[in-house]
Amino acid sequence: MSDLDVRNVVIIGSGPAGLTAAIYTARANLRPLILEGEPSSTSDQPGGQLMLTTEVENFPGFPDGIMGPDLMMNFRAQAERFGTEIETVKASKVDFSERPFKIWVGNPDAPEPTYLAHSVIVSTGATALMLDVPGEARLLGHGVSTCATCDGFFFREHDIAVIGGGDSALEEASFLSRFAKSVTIVHRRDELRASKIMIDRASQNPKISFLWNTVVEEALGDQTLAGLRIRNTQTDVVSELPVTGMFVAIGHRPATDLFAGQLALKDNGYLITEAPSARTSVPGVFACGDVQDDVYRQAITAAGSGCTAALDAERWLEAEGLGH
Amino acid sequence: MSEDNVITLTDATFDEVVNASDVPVVVDLWAEWCGPCKMIAPTLAEIATEQVGVIKIAKLNIDENPQIPQRYGVMSIPTLLVFRNGELDKRVVGAKPKGALIEEFGL
Repeated sequence: MSDLDVRNVVIIGSGPAGLTAAIYTARANLRPLILEGEPSSTSDQPGGQLMLTTEVENFPGFPDGIMGPDLMMNFRAQAERFGTEIETVKASKVDFSERPFKIWVGNPDAPEPTYLAHSVIVSTGATALMLDVPGEARLLGHGVSTCATCDGFFFREHDIAVIGGGDSALEEASFLSRFAKSVTIVHRRDELRASKIMIDRASQNPKISFLWNTVVEEALGDQTLAGLRIRNTQTDVVSELPVTGMFVAIGHRPATDLFAGQLALKDNGYLITEAPSARTSVPGVFACGDVQDDVYRQAITAAGSGCTAALDAERWLEAEGLGH
Repeated sequence: MSEDNVITLTDATFDEVVNASDVPVVVDLWAEWCGPCKMIAPTLAEIATEQVGVIKIAKLNIDENPQIPQRYGVMSIPTLLVFRNGELDKRVVGAKPKGALIEEFGL
């Protein structure tokens, strides 16, 4: 363990929060290391949830909008420009019980940690929820998709369903309507959580229709998706919705499994920070972005909190006489 | 990571390259607008460089080349098609970390 360098700052997670924290700590000469995660086709990947979105219209500074993956590639390039070290790996275990903090990558049972750090910024974000119904996993990539941006193209003239009632469900539905013959939004309640502008846009779209008070019970089909078994929650009537595409957008859960027992969590699993700071229950460990935000969850609020975490970490290191 | 060892395929060149290869060929079906595709491209380029002579890595842009994705019933990208002796041997759907890809390719 003595031959491992102790890093000033290790950032876990590379969405808008983590990369903003990297930009700020790199510019403060703290030579941050960011563990950006591993490639996947879910939101649990380098760049985070925006890697699966299309046009981002509400990120300030882009009057004509920008594609989510392009925005994240820009964040990453900006962090690299100031000397952020980026590793495309996932943390598998942390030990925050003593300093320096320990972080493992790969085998979590390895006796020695992979990295030691004076301070840690947690920005692991949130993971998209799946329905967890029969057929869903089996038909993934064969009509069931976790990424509308990636796969919309293949559903030209298909009838498809989007599951969910929030902004991301409506955004996906609008995007998919460019390709699909019809888009049915299946929502378990009788009203939407989405913002007014998204509801207006979806309601005016002739290809989009709504199925209220409806839940999906099974994804049907042999080789590819052929339909959904759905149930009306008011009447309990079960029927089949003949669609060949299903996109799930039912929300997220914070990616905090790694920190259970180490950092204080709210009952809903989000990390507790001492607002307005990014301080967690362990001095020297800071958190930013969706992993600690169960209210706003926007790219711009995540980026803002990433800046807060970086400044907090910088001041904390200075007060401890560390970091330079 | 340089993409020097990654072959670019089109609908027109696909069969010739895949059939003529004496080592397995992995074809990465991708598009400009696919975030996860962008994230695995450097990983695939690394594997291509490390496994020269063992396996070939090729990529095919599905926007410009609609026939091949249609022929193989692709409905999601990234999809990696693994060919041995010109025959489709395996289909890997979705972006995955390097270790998992190496295992999927049987390396």
